[in-house]
Amino acid sequence: MLERIPALLALEDGAVFEGVAFGAVGERPGEVVFNTGLMGYSEILTDPSYKGQIVVMTYPHIGNYGISPSDFESWEPHVEGFVVRELSGVTSNWRSQVDLEDFLRQHNIIGVSEIDTRALTRHIRLHGALRGYISTADTNPDDVVDKARASQGMLGRDLVQVVTANAPFTWEEGTQDWETGRPMRQPDGPTLHVVAYDYGIKHNLLRELCDRGCRITVVPATTPASEVLTLNPDGVFLSNGPGDPAALEYAVANVRRLLGRTPMFGVCLGHQLMGLAVGGSTYKLKFGHHGVNHPVKNLATGQVEITSQNHGFAVAADSLPPSVEVTHVNLNDGTVEGLRHREAAAFSVQYHPEAAPGPHDAQYLFDEFRALMLDKREPA
Amino acid sequence: MPKRTDIHTILVLGSGPIVIGQAAEFDYSGAQACKALRADGYRVVLVNSNPATIMTDPELADQTYIEPLTVDVVTQIIDQERPDALLPTVGGQTALNLAVDLAEAGVLEKYSVELIGASVPVVRLAEDRLLFREAMQEIGVATPKSGLASTLEEALAIGDEVGYPVIVRPSFTLGGRGGGIAYSKPELEALADRALRASPVHQTLIEESVLGWKEFELEVMRDKADNFVVVCSIENFDPMGVHTGDSITVAPIQTLTDREYQTMRDMARRIIRRVGVETGGSNIQFAVNPKDGRQVVIEMNPRVSRSSALASKATGFPIAKIAARLAVGYHLDEIRNDITRETPASFEPTIDYVVTKIPRWDFAKFPGADPTLTTSMKSVGEVMAMGRTFKESLQKALRSLEIGADGLTPGPLRDCDALLKLIETPTPERMFQIGDALRAGASTAEIHAHTSIDPWFLGQLAEIVAFESELARASQVGDPLADRALLRRAKRMGFSDRQIARIVLGDARREMDVRAARLALGVTPVYERVDTCAAEFEAYTPYLYSTYETHDEAEPTTRQKIMILGSGPNRIGQGIEFDYCCCHAAFSLRDLGYETIMVNCNPETVSTDYDTSDRLYFEPITAEDVLNIVEREKPMGVILQLGGQTPLKLALPLQAAGVPILGTSPDAIDLAEDRERFGRLLERLGIPQPPNGTARSLAEARHVARAIGYPVLVRPSYVLGGRAMAIVYDDAELEQFGREALSVAPDHPLLIDRFLDDAYEVDVDAVADGERVVIGGILEHIEAAGIHSGDSAAVLPPYKVSAYHLSIMREYTEALGLALGVRGLMNVQFAIQDDIVYVLEVNPRASRTVPFVSKATGVPLAKIASHIMVGKTLAEIGFVEEPAVDGFFVKEAVLPFERFPGVDPALGPEMRSTGEVMGHASRFGHAFAKAEIAAGDHLPTSGKALISVNDYDKSNILKIARDLHSMGFDLLATAGTAEWLRRVGLPADVIPKVSDGSQAILDAMRTHQVDLVINTPLGRSAISDGRLMRMTARQHGVPLFTTLSAAAAAVNAIRALKSKQLRVRSLQTHHATEA
Ligand SMILES: Nc1ncnc2c1ncn2[C@@H]1O[C@H](COP(=O)(O)OP(=O)(O)O)[C@@H](O)[C@H]1O
Ligand SMILES: Nc1ncnc2c1ncn2[C@@H]1O[C@H](COP(=O)(O)OP(=O)(O)O)[C@@H](O)[C@H]1O
Ligand SMILES: [Mg+2]
Ligand SMILES: [Mg+2]
Repeated sequence: MLERIPALLALEDGAVFEGVAFGAVGERPGEVVFNTGLMGYSEILTDPSYKGQIVVMTYPHIGNYGISPSDFESWEPHVEGFVVRELSGVTSNWRSQVDLEDFLRQHNIIGVSEIDTRALTRHIRLHGALRGYISTADTNPDDVVDKARASQGMLGRDLVQVVTANAPFTWEEGTQDWETGRPMRQPDGPTLHVVAYDYGIKHNLLRELCDRGCRITVVPATTPASEVLTLNPDGVFLSNGPGDPAALEYAVANVRRLLGRTPMFGVCLGHQLMGLAVGGSTYKLKFGHHGVNHPVKNLATGQVEITSQNHGFAVAADSLPPSVEVTHVNLNDGTVEGLRHREAAAFSVQYHPEAAPGPHDAQYLFDEFRALMLDKREPA
Repeated sequence: MPKRTDIHTILVLGSGPIVIGQAAEFDYSGAQACKALRADGYRVVLVNSNPATIMTDPELADQTYIEPLTVDVVTQIIDQERPDALLPTVGGQTALNLAVDLAEAGVLEKYSVELIGASVPVVRLAEDRLLFREAMQEIGVATPKSGLASTLEEALAIGDEVGYPVIVRPSFTLGGRGGGIAYSKPELEALADRALRASPVHQTLIEESVLGWKEFELEVMRDKADNFVVVCSIENFDPMGVHTGDSITVAPIQTLTDREYQTMRDMARRIIRRVGVETGGSNIQFAVNPKDGRQVVIEMNPRVSRSSALASKATGFPIAKIAARLAVGYHLDEIRNDITRETPASFEPTIDYVVTKIPRWDFAKFPGADPTLTTSMKSVGEVMAMGRTFKESLQKALRSLEIGADGLTPGPLRDCDALLKLIETPTPERMFQIGDALRAGASTAEIHAHTSIDPWFLGQLAEIVAFESELARASQVGDPLADRALLRRAKRMGFSDRQIARIVLGDARREMDVRAARLALGVTPVYERVDTCAAEFEAYTPYLYSTYETHDEAEPTTRQKIMILGSGPNRIGQGIEFDYCCCHAAFSLRDLGYETIMVNCNPETVSTDYDTSDRLYFEPITAEDVLNIVEREKPMGVILQLGGQTPLKLALPLQAAGVPILGTSPDAIDLAEDRERFGRLLERLGIPQPPNGTARSLAEARHVARAIGYPVLVRPSYVLGGRAMAIVYDDAELEQFGREALSVAPDHPLLIDRFLDDAYEVDVDAVADGERVVIGGILEHIEAAGIHSGDSAAVLPPYKVSAYHLSIMREYTEALGLALGVRGLMNVQFAIQDDIVYVLEVNPRASRTVPFVSKATGVPLAKIASHIMVGKTLAEIGFVEEPAVDGFFVKEAVLPFERFPGVDPALGPEMRSTGEVMGHASRFGHAFAKAEIAAGDHLPTSGKALISVNDYDKSNILKIARDLHSMGFDLLATAGTAEWLRRVGLPADVIPKVSDGSQAILDAMRTHQVDLVINTPLGRSAISDGRLMRMTARQHGVPLFTTLSAAAAAVNAIRALKSKQLRVRSLQTHHATEA
């Protein structure tokens, strides 16, 4: 068996977890969060919302099915570090093209295995998401703790600029049936033009929109609202993305300008920006929601959706003006999961209707977005 | 929507006797459902013929009917109780099928009983394989190609069309009964015939094989608002072709990507919607082609199941309880998650450990049965284990099985090619053979090629085997027992101390040396909580498993606590009855204010419900695992006497480690089990025992047998359920059986007794406190001594034993209880031959009949015993007199022969029944008839009786034949018997024997021209006429009696049936009128 080199994961509160390194070596800071999904590590690794974060998987066996690029949520992985209990020695899946370890090595991401991830998770549950530091270079725990303390936290940090596209581009690919390679859905009716703000957009959002007969122009996060309007969109989509929404004043301002001018749909960070744009506030959750099993109630229908979630901040319910209504709530902790503007054609959800990973219970939201756009469309 | 207020009384159907494919898991689900419904204020009426269950305890329902699960009987109950609704989804296939029958008979409509949980169309759609397939096509869910056949010809035609091999899947049967894999046309001919017969609707699907694909199961729930959750995903280690009940299964799924998994989840949601299950749990099985990810659905079970019990235990999400509440109108988000308290049940549990289930088989009890695992289930029990990795969980599960493996231990040395050949056929041994193949140098790729088992699992096994050799190498160059890091790695891979002792010290028995080294180095387990959420929320229920991590979550209390050791996997001879006793101990000691700690590894049971005791450790019951818990919890005492042989085996090691053992002392247990010591005791007490001796070698055995005189009964000591026990008539047979018995339990001597011919057998259950012995019940066996007490029908109170003999047995029981110093339960088996009462054995522990006796008398024996074990006296408890019994209570055994074609269904001293039923009535005949009906034998009241008995029995058959004749039966007999009958003027038609070159007798049974068969075995020759006759009768469901005593009881019952209709009565009413 391969001799593995030791790795340390230190937290700002002084807790230190010892494991062994896989993938790249070196050191890296990051906010430590845990994800409770059983599968879906390829999607998680490549989700830009994890920028600035070291992800701990609570399920102990990771890497079992290797890595398949068709599962990617962006062009490359974004996590700052990846912590698991046991890295699989065997890769078993017909779609896999590379094993997890090689993949991380290629992308210079440090993986740590043999960590008591349950103890680490409990620690985060009790003490909140903390700044952490991974090192395979430094073997002195105290040093690594110091480095964790010296690193930058999430609050007030604009990570969107790090992950957003440099220039606009068009997206025209829908979801594909991996058994047949054929497109899953054939759009009917008119093709709609959606401008999607890329705050770190997950590709499955684009694919789902595409499945709903949308042609999408993806624009950088800083694109001014006026420029968006000149593109003559049927609707504007606000994507997910990393970090603290309160640090994104430019984005909030653009959303505010667009509200009411064009139908709008926001997801995750996009939802938080919408909350801020209407005058609400956001706050940091103790350890966030990262997983695929969160029950969310749709207050209009009474239905419960099992949702995919990945966020550390939330919109404060009591901060919202009467012009918006809360449409969805989290049944675990009562946090706001969805908003709808009473006048403007705009709505948003905190969770991920595009799943990837996670259940597809909330895909209807894309249909609703399409319906909203059709509704507002000027008769041609 | 809150619960419904338009219904008040709910009828719950249980699953009847424990059979292969339908076992203790339905006691768990049924008990949960009853509790949940009553907690919501409903009046619950329960019907279940199985007295050994917790669910039939009178406290669990408002009215408890231990009555046969038939349309007639349940109709009477409905008429009496007027329920508003019927919940058919917690009693397995039995309850589901019965509900459909009741609906079809118009009973539900007549009495306006609403089916809740599943409607008739839902059950039809899910269970009728053709309708299901069509529905799947409609919603675009793929199924394997198939056709439905109602005749043999149709079956063969479909076989040709889809191409061999084909899978034969009968409709509406349970546990794949009657199904199988046919590789050729002749095989299909035989299988399809069996399948058509097994199916209650005479239909079977003939299906394209997807052998070798990966098999998965999803446990899903849905409520009236169309909320849908997947509670647990399960991957089968064994690919398609091995019934999920016979497969090693793992939760959660290990080898699917999220995309593949979500595709499956989407299908599951579409399927449950299409089938129309509005509320409750369902199990959906899928197959996935490992080469291209293609997914097909195999079946859906619209009810709680064995897998849902497993899923509940694996995740902490109580499916049956929640299903019951959904059925009365709640929505998932209105139900709280008990474990986290803050969050609702409308979520998908996530786990941060691996769960492995391994079935347990008992093929050794069925010589001649084919141990190949196929689509028809053959296992009799299962274990589950949890660990942070698959390796740890697998090895814990293997040592939980109690089959002599301490983990993935090596088997006999064989070369690689031989092993690769062997593992092509799935059998109970395959897991070990794969380990051996890896040891012999096979690669995982080769093993995959020979088995289709997913490379991920094989990789895990390879890591275990590689570590094993690393450990072996380390012990050649140093002392692994001084190497903390190495020991820790071993433990993290699930290696038991015994395994380590074997590898490092060359002797598994030196496990205590490993333990000492481990403790000295601080390599000890921590206990983690099963919390449904991977530590995202706090868990309030102490439901724990051990693992080797860094943080312990046990948080033991400082209360006075008592630990109860459960009975491990169900097996023939040690089943649900022992779990019943353990649960009672937990309930009653909790009532007395003690904290109760349950230790068990059986996912089917009520004892492993986290609600049953204050704290639950889901752990193997081995010395190592139990001592670890004792060290963490420091209980004031441990109860061993309720879980059967499993905990008793630990008496000495636990005592040696200084663990306080409650109740009867380990020494007294040894005194009763050790024939030599016990013999001396009986001699001192002046109690007769069949002449006997012990032998440690074959030569000695011969000597003893000759001294005692043939026939003798031979068996190994310390085995439950009469394993490897035989009646031996001469030296040659002794040689054969002696060798087998010595191999089953090499450490223990052979016991040889004089076999008592033609003796009555009687079982006595009693409780004692050291000063006083009080009898709980006396059961007279229907079958003569020589038929294992577990397989014999029995009646309480005795109906043919003289008062004189009863008083002698009472006297002996008291003398034995006092002499052994029994504190708790005891059971004595007597045989009465030629006016002498012999003691066959004394078990100073819970016996199989404790729940039966408790139900019949209304006296909770296990509870009383538990109170005694914590120091109360019988006088304090107020139980000082043998309870009087009103009417007759008959126990009948249920045997699994239809699962094992080719096995002689004649009864003998080796136990082979899987379960039991109870029938009660004021007259013996009615009680016996009910028991027979409940066991599935519908006694005819007219028709043809086929009689063929051996020469010993010829004179005694006359009365039985005369009675049958006078009740209007036509008699049919083989030549010898017929002549004997004619001699006394009984008209009997002669039917030729098979050995006369005629199939007439078998055809008569096949075509149901015979309604009743009485056949007593003649000697032990392998292929006798009798054996064929008995096997055919069993297979075709013709009531069969293999002893004259049982035949006489049946005649009595038929007479009763003809004279007066059967009546039903709940336990509550019965005991109220009695008092
Ligand atoms: N088409 C098939 N090809 C291969 N194996 C099959 C096929 N259909 C069923 N099986 C196997 O048979 C087993 C029993 O079939 P199933 O329909 O689940 O019966 P049951 O109702 O008894 O559970 C399955 O668990 C699976 O392993
Ligand atoms: N000496 C004997 N003569 C006749 N039958 C016997 C004798 N000893 C045991 N048996 C029969 O064998 C059965 C099993 O024996 P028992 O000692 O009860 O074994 P176990 O410990 O497996 O219950 C008994 O129920 C009885 O029918
Ligand atoms: Mg099945
Ligand atoms: Mg089935």
